[in-house]
Amino acid sequence: MKALCWYGRGDVRVENVPDPGIINPHDAIVRITLTAICGSDLHLYNGYIPGMQKGDILGHEFMGEVIEVGPEVKRLKRGDRVVVPFTICCGECFYCKADLWALCDNTNPNAIILRKMYGASGAGLFGYSHLYGGYAGGQAQYARVPHADVGPIVIEDGLPDEQVLFLSDIFPTGYMAAENCEIKRGDVIAVWGCGPVGQFAIRSAFMFGAERVIGIDRIPERLEMARQAGADILDYADSSLMEKIRELTGGRGPDACIDAVGMEAHGATFDNVYDHAKQALFLETDRPGVLRRAIMACRKGGIVSIPGVYGGFIDKMPMGAAFGKSLTFKMGQTNTPRYLRPLLERIQKREIDPAFVISHRLPLEQAPYGYEVFAKKQDHCTKVVLKP
Amino acid sequence: MSPQHRINMNLADRWASTLGGVALLFSAMRRRSGSKWAALIAAELIRRGVTGHSYAYDLFGTAGTVGQGGKNVSVPYQVGEHARAAITIAKPRSVIYQFWRDFQNLPRVMEHLVSVEPRSGTRSHWVAEGPAGKRVAWDAEIHNDIPEELIAWRSLPDSEVQTAGSVHFKDAPGGRGTEVIVHMKYNPPAGLIGATVAKLAGRNPEGDLENGLFRLKQYLETGEIATAGPQPHGDGVAAGKPVIAEVLT
Repeated sequence: MKALCWYGRGDVRVENVPDPGIINPHDAIVRITLTAICGSDLHLYNGYIPGMQKGDILGHEFMGEVIEVGPEVKRLKRGDRVVVPFTICCGECFYCKADLWALCDNTNPNAIILRKMYGASGAGLFGYSHLYGGYAGGQAQYARVPHADVGPIVIEDGLPDEQVLFLSDIFPTGYMAAENCEIKRGDVIAVWGCGPVGQFAIRSAFMFGAERVIGIDRIPERLEMARQAGADILDYADSSLMEKIRELTGGRGPDACIDAVGMEAHGATFDNVYDHAKQALFLETDRPGVLRRAIMACRKGGIVSIPGVYGGFIDKMPMGAAFGKSLTFKMGQTNTPRYLRPLLERIQKREIDPAFVISHRLPLEQAPYGYEVFAKKQDHCTKVVLKP
Repeated sequence: MSPQHRINMNLADRWASTLGGVALLFSAMRRRSGSKWAALIAAELIRRGVTGHSYAYDLFGTAGTVGQGGKNVSVPYQVGEHARAAITIAKPRSVIYQFWRDFQNLPRVMEHLVSVEPRSGTRSHWVAEGPAGKRVAWDAEIHNDIPEELIAWRSLPDSEVQTAGSVHFKDAPGGRGTEVIVHMKYNPPAGLIGATVAKLAGRNPEGDLENGLFRLKQYLETGEIATAGPQPHGDGVAAGKPVIAEVLT
């Protein structure tokens, strides 16, 4: 089959690789009909996630048709059309049963490595480094899906692939980011990063009853997309950004702040130059510019919600501000299976058409080009979908 | 290894000795004058730290006696490598106890074990992957067995590998299943060097044990052990050939 393989920083190639097969009794094989490049794939592309090996197949947003099932698969059957969540979940452990699917105990074969780095390991992820299990990803023609009865959601009606594909990650991720803000009617929410996750966070915040949402980015087309959703927009390169956020919130600060950027924050401020230098020297693994600003902007007693990915260590955290204002932090990988059914219903009721984020539709063969324009934010790229 | 050269220092002692020796050596090198004695003492401190054998303890019997032990002691106190690990498994004590008590099951989850065969009574024969892929084998006996609470085993005298271990099963709070706590000790076949080689080769008892417990939990909770391989990978292999599936039984 054809698959998009990682070979190093900025080096991804479409190659011929062997087809996957059933290994464990709860596995299924899916013939992929549509897949996408995620913003978090760019952290791999830019070489910031450790534990990658040359030849690894990327991709954790994919859907398709079940073509083979293992002997213990009871729910899915051949021919089912499924969207596969990016978190691999066993459905049997304490965390899965507590609806905290991203923390699944049993799906990362390399859990011992993450236990050493983080104290404990969460769920295995498709195509997201050997730290998260080394599972081959879905930017390919076929993928092996472990615990196939647990995660994947069957799409029965005729909704087109493009409308349901993003149930695999970015729609639930943006939605959980907003849910974590514990929004009450009248709340003001600030969202840093108007990429795909930020876009879904903005729309979800309104769904939860936010009165005002502030979208912060630099790229004009992304800000325009946020404006169309009803958000007030701000450019992060504006030197008076913090004053403008204060002004938009009557001097209080947002009730909750969402960091939909994560470890590769950009910015025109001194601390960002400092973070770039430290990251280049491996003295700091992540650049937390957005997180610092979110903490500084947030109102007293507010919530900082972090869907953006962090992988290692950060410096100069304004912990005093966080403590002094009694902030709450909520973060982590998305508990994807929890949101599949309710969000599919919203799509069916036409409350939202997630396809709005797509800017590029490419054949799988052109995936390397897709990575390049997405990484460099060229050609008005907001989201790339790939057809195998 | 002759009895005089057995490890007779504990780990903290050995580290202290090595680090002290290095510190002394550096200070002696800086001062230069009157440093010969200091350098000699430093060398001895480093030697005993690295080899784990103290002549002084042999002479004065301070800790040297720890190596002797009684007839029932497989790995005497303060000697050998110690590994410990704990995990909570969402299954009742009875299920986990029964799985463990049938030692033949253990190689299914403990990757470093090749096989365990029951022998007469409480005895069993163990084969494991040792340092540098070398296989080691020993006979062991269960010396304590309290159903659903505790199993303790030890190697028989004169085994190639001297080892002892125990597993405790406790109800986890909040109905979360069972806490499984394992302690193991073993005298590596080639002493300290063997243990070091094993660690360099990515084999160490604590890592093996911890990984084994992860796999035990996966197997008992989900009925399979998580794996990413064998699977497709970009390495120039021609398209269309399926990866050979290895179905777990």
